[in-house]
Amino acid sequence: MVEWTEFERATIQDIFSKMDYESVGHNALTRCLVVYPWTQRYFAKFGNLYNAAAIAGNPLVAAHGAVVLRGLDKAVKNMDNIKAAYAELSVLHSEKLHVDPDNFRLLADCLTIVVAARLGSGFTPDVQAAFQKFLAVVISALTKQYH
Amino acid sequence: MSLTAKDKAVVKAFWGKIGGKADAIGQEALARMFIAYPQTKTYFAHWPDLSPGSESVKKHGKTVIGAITAAVEKMDDLIGGLSSLSDLHAFKLRVDPGNFKILSHNILVALAVNFPGDFTPEVHVSVDKFLAALSAALADKYR
Repeated sequence: MVEWTEFERATIQDIFSKMDYESVGHNALTRCLVVYPWTQRYFAKFGNLYNAAAIAGNPLVAAHGAVVLRGLDKAVKNMDNIKAAYAELSVLHSEKLHVDPDNFRLLADCLTIVVAARLGSGFTPDVQAAFQKFLAVVISALTKQYH
Repeated sequence: MSLTAKDKAVVKAFWGKIGGKADAIGQEALARMFIAYPQTKTYFAHWPDLSPGSESVKKHGKTVIGAITAAVEKMDDLIGGLSSLSDLHAFKLRVDPGNFKILSHNILVALAVNFPGDFTPEVHVSVDKFLAALSAALADKYR
């Protein structure tokens, strides 16, 4: 069982309640595909990913970024049992999508950078720690059903 | 994942933009690391105060970022250029090299917070590669 402090709960709820899921999702996935180009292996059907501009302008990337962020919402709303809430998603990523779990950390790091840029000085070290702890719990839950 | 001519140009240009803010970036990156990755504090048990605004964090942040800034000019031979720093980390400090990645991440976060418009995905990938190459050069003498 993950223990959350009051500060951590409030921080996560606050960040996500104010977040533009479409925009942040788009930017985070774009950044991931540019900074870690091998992650493009999972998006062969997305068409033009030849360079940073193409990736940023690709509507399939934008749409999928939003899908991923909305998936995070499940964890925001079930902070006391993220493991159970993500059981199906974990099976999906393992059995159907065959995503190497190392990639979850790469996307999480890009999401952290995007949120940091948006919040500026509001993304204090304590807020960063809470946000990264949340993402680590999500990653652990997503990896749980792999075998 | 070696540094291309484009990577070097991007890093040099971006580091030029950072200018006088470099010391503050170094301090902020260290502060973020100590709070988000508390295990990294084990290397600084001899400091009286590890809080974000402390003199120790300020001074050491400046030292670290100063070395990174110097490395921007040594990108054509990081292993040669960082040889003595590698000796220091390998034989005296003995910092587990996994921590170089952790500090690099916190430098990237500090850059994103302070230069949101300039720290584009293209700049991000080149700076990430530079820090990774620097970390490898720093770990060169470990074994």
